[in-house]
Amino acid sequence: MQHLQIIAAQWVAPKIDYFALAPEIVVVVGLCAVLLLDLFIDQRKQWLLTIVSSFTLLAAMLPVLMLGLSETSVRSMFDGRYVVDDFSLVIKGLFLLAGYVVVLLSSSHVEQGEYWRGEYWFLLLTSLLGMLMMASSRDLVSIFVALEFLSIPAYMLAAWRKRDAKSNEAGVKYFLLGVFASAVMLYGMSLMYGVANSTLLVDIAKTLTTTGDFAAVHALAVVFVIVGFAFKVSAVPFHTWAPDTYEGAPTPVTAFLSVASKAAGFVALVVLIYTAFPASQDVWQPFIWVLSALTMTVGNVLALKQHNIVRMIAYSSISQGGFVLMPLAVAGMAGSENSALRSVVLYMIVYAATNLGVFAVILAVSAKTRSGEISSFGGLFSYAPSLGVLMTLFLASLAGIPPLGGWIAKFVAFQSLLQSQSNWGYALAIIGAVNSVVAFGYYGNVMREIWMRPPPDGDVTPIVAPGSLRLALTLTSALTLVFGILPSVGLRFADLAEIAGAITR
Amino acid sequence: MNMLQDNNWLLSVGTFLPLVGVVVLLLMPKAQDSAIKNVALLTSIATLIVGVYTAFKFDYGQAEKLQFVADVNWISVIKSSYLIGLDGISLPLYLLSMIITLLVVIYSLDHVPSPGKPKSFFALLLVLQTGMAGTFIAQDLILFFVFFELVLLPMFFLIGVWGGEQRQYASIKFFLYTMFGSALMLVAFLALFFKTGAESFSIPFLIENGAGIAKTTQIWIFAGMFVGFAVKVPMFPFHTWLPDAHTQAPTQGSVILAAILLKLGTYGFVRIALPTLPDAAREWAPYIGGLAVIGIIYGALGCLAQSDMKRLIAFSSVAHMGFVMLGISTLTSFGVNAAMFGMVAHGLITGMLFFIAGSVKERYHTLEIAKLGGMLTAMPRLGWIFGFCAMASLGLPGLAGFWGEFPAILSAYNPAEGLNESTFRVFMVIAALGTVLAAAYLLWMFQRVAFGTAKTTSSHTGHDDLHDVTTHEWIAWTPLLIGILVLGVLPNLLFSVLEPAVQITLKAFGG
Repeated sequence: MQHLQIIAAQWVAPKIDYFALAPEIVVVVGLCAVLLLDLFIDQRKQWLLTIVSSFTLLAAMLPVLMLGLSETSVRSMFDGRYVVDDFSLVIKGLFLLAGYVVVLLSSSHVEQGEYWRGEYWFLLLTSLLGMLMMASSRDLVSIFVALEFLSIPAYMLAAWRKRDAKSNEAGVKYFLLGVFASAVMLYGMSLMYGVANSTLLVDIAKTLTTTGDFAAVHALAVVFVIVGFAFKVSAVPFHTWAPDTYEGAPTPVTAFLSVASKAAGFVALVVLIYTAFPASQDVWQPFIWVLSALTMTVGNVLALKQHNIVRMIAYSSISQGGFVLMPLAVAGMAGSENSALRSVVLYMIVYAATNLGVFAVILAVSAKTRSGEISSFGGLFSYAPSLGVLMTLFLASLAGIPPLGGWIAKFVAFQSLLQSQSNWGYALAIIGAVNSVVAFGYYGNVMREIWMRPPPDGDVTPIVAPGSLRLALTLTSALTLVFGILPSVGLRFADLAEIAGAITR
Repeated sequence: MNMLQDNNWLLSVGTFLPLVGVVVLLLMPKAQDSAIKNVALLTSIATLIVGVYTAFKFDYGQAEKLQFVADVNWISVIKSSYLIGLDGISLPLYLLSMIITLLVVIYSLDHVPSPGKPKSFFALLLVLQTGMAGTFIAQDLILFFVFFELVLLPMFFLIGVWGGEQRQYASIKFFLYTMFGSALMLVAFLALFFKTGAESFSIPFLIENGAGIAKTTQIWIFAGMFVGFAVKVPMFPFHTWLPDAHTQAPTQGSVILAAILLKLGTYGFVRIALPTLPDAAREWAPYIGGLAVIGIIYGALGCLAQSDMKRLIAFSSVAHMGFVMLGISTLTSFGVNAAMFGMVAHGLITGMLFFIAGSVKERYHTLEIAKLGGMLTAMPRLGWIFGFCAMASLGLPGLAGFWGEFPAILSAYNPAEGLNESTFRVFMVIAALGTVLAAAYLLWMFQRVAFGTAKTTSSHTGHDDLHDVTTHEWIAWTPLLIGILVLGVLPNLLFSVLEPAVQITLKAFGG
């Protein structure tokens, strides 16, 4: 008893910077509001929930902007376990914007069919909250909490179409493999804690090396943690859940998983690599090299033979993940640290805009054709020219063709690889270059359907996309074009010199 | 290298004006066919006027210097800028692209290929024009790359939507080949950037500093660029996309492909690969020369084996670009001058031949040489124009083709210092044999198509389609025909513009 009293007396309430936490607080308020409103409002007024969710996300962007403009560049809480710096702000902005677009994509979709809209929005916002936390976490425990926070709602969202066997399969697969990944990761984290006697990433960095008596344990810890996140970002060979989950889940949820949830995995990886693992690059660099080469190659090859558009995009997004990983394979080499970070951040931003655009078009088209086959895009250009052109732009951007956003993202990734001036870097660059050509095989295939084939059923009634989808298409296509033609705009957010410094090294 | 910055808005206007036309086109309802055609026509006329004004303002006394240079901050983080300029090498090609686009638009006024959709057709043509012109003015590697790639998608759709029966296969093949080349090229550009101290992507800067890179490294970097440019040229053995693309493309696509797109590759060699990596160029030159003469003979033999007129012309492009590459591989200013001349001449002549092939197809509904014949009796004017172009193509002195081919062969007699003379003299002999073969396949084609009795049973619609050259065709073709003749008689018009710039470019090879 006395012992406890002493501890209680020693305990000082941590200083909490409410301004720094404002984005998270806004989202918490918003999701509580959705939950409560859902209980009290009439079934016919459920559209209110959509409005509340989208405004929550827009409102949360405001403090992010203000924090970005404020003088203090780094706000650190809980002894550096929760940090708001430029890097985390850029990432939070990305999550909120992506979340907003997902809300736009979902709004017309959830109105049809048996969706429990209140819960849908609640889960979406909760998952986003986890992502916001992930961007700021600098401690093993908070990273793990954030990861579960963002994953568990996502499992439920994947299985949202309750009476659809495919959707159930999607959710169960995602859940089982996700939990398995968490377990592996936790094991790695526990080893790390055992070695470093601390869960704070900066402390871990001081002890985690590749020499000494416990070198093998260190290596094992690093590998296990990376494997855990490799599941999250669906890197080959840990990708097997992704195609089934993407195909089975409701399409807006798939968009959410393939963009936001994936980005969250990359954010965690980047934070770990830059803050916790700098001294053990001999372990993670080759490991990520192999993961990256495998991911882009296998993802591409499998994408080539898909007939279902969402499955094809699933494999394409696996392959794109390989490109995000690419510069991380040389992130520990002199000269490439900054450019690798810049490349990852830029790639995530551009990929988010482009891929969400792809899903917006898929949603608009499948609302009419009621089909997920790639051939259902046949003749799209003849009856819905603007959707056809937009889809072409998005796919060309994913393929990395200038002057669309994707090219600068790929370019910066190649630049970072070559900057390392190492043979590993050159080799991966060549693999990446070849893969970016192969990728056109399947992107071009969809373009071919859109432009050169007749509509499969001869139905040429024009498509009238709902307003929310049109807004989403406008946003994503504008970003895709601007990033490509004026790359400085995107690079400004990704410019690492400052961000790299902000992650305490 | 000092640069002249007067009138530096000219090039940007000339390059991006077509995009203004595209925006206008996109805003128009697609039912208004004639209005759409007028907008496209006006845009390309305006573009050419800007181009002619540029040529007029160009200081021919200083053709070796970059003129109208604009240098604007673009992607400062990666040290790439919007650096554009024009010198004696790029001016003729820049102008040629504008002329060809205008003529193609005029030709398309009553020849929009099936399945119609004039709005998208003209929009793509104009985007293509921006990409082509931009490639010739870009003086920054990244900018060059962006324009170089910008032409891909429009051409992909031109072939894939408006092409022949195998169009989908041909368009994907075209795209994958070129993209493969440019992916490796981009890696090479980046390597060049880092090896010169990661300071700038500007081509003049890299020319000054590229020579300092270790020879073995240069050879590797050159390899990447070589693949990128050689696919585009196309050089043997990367040429297999070309016959398919040409045969399946609509007439307009073939003309642009032959007249301009192929030149992006050879231009890349002259502008970027040779001057930035002189040591590697010396090492690679015999191999390039070897592949070039293989291309000459292979293209010619390929021509002899064709039964389709358009495919034959396509293979003749492989042979002609072989002469161009042979000239480049000698690394002498004589050879490169010939190559540059050959590029322009090939643009005019082969562009013209594809126009004719298009018109033949429209009238006979087939391009099977065996089913054609007697064109001179049925349509004398078309027949004579065809004869004129065939003669120009086989290199008849007095017409433009001669000045590309003959000096290129001659230049191989005396390659640049450090290159093996006997190897190049062997190349010279083989290339000379190639001209004989060229005469053979062109005359044989002309004989089978133009002589003999007029065929009437070639199509279901019968004789009625066999009308002689129409007004739109006259308007579109006359400038090309005049160009072929004028450049043939007065080659110095072009050589005097090229020579100073070529000299400067080849400084590293002793001129």
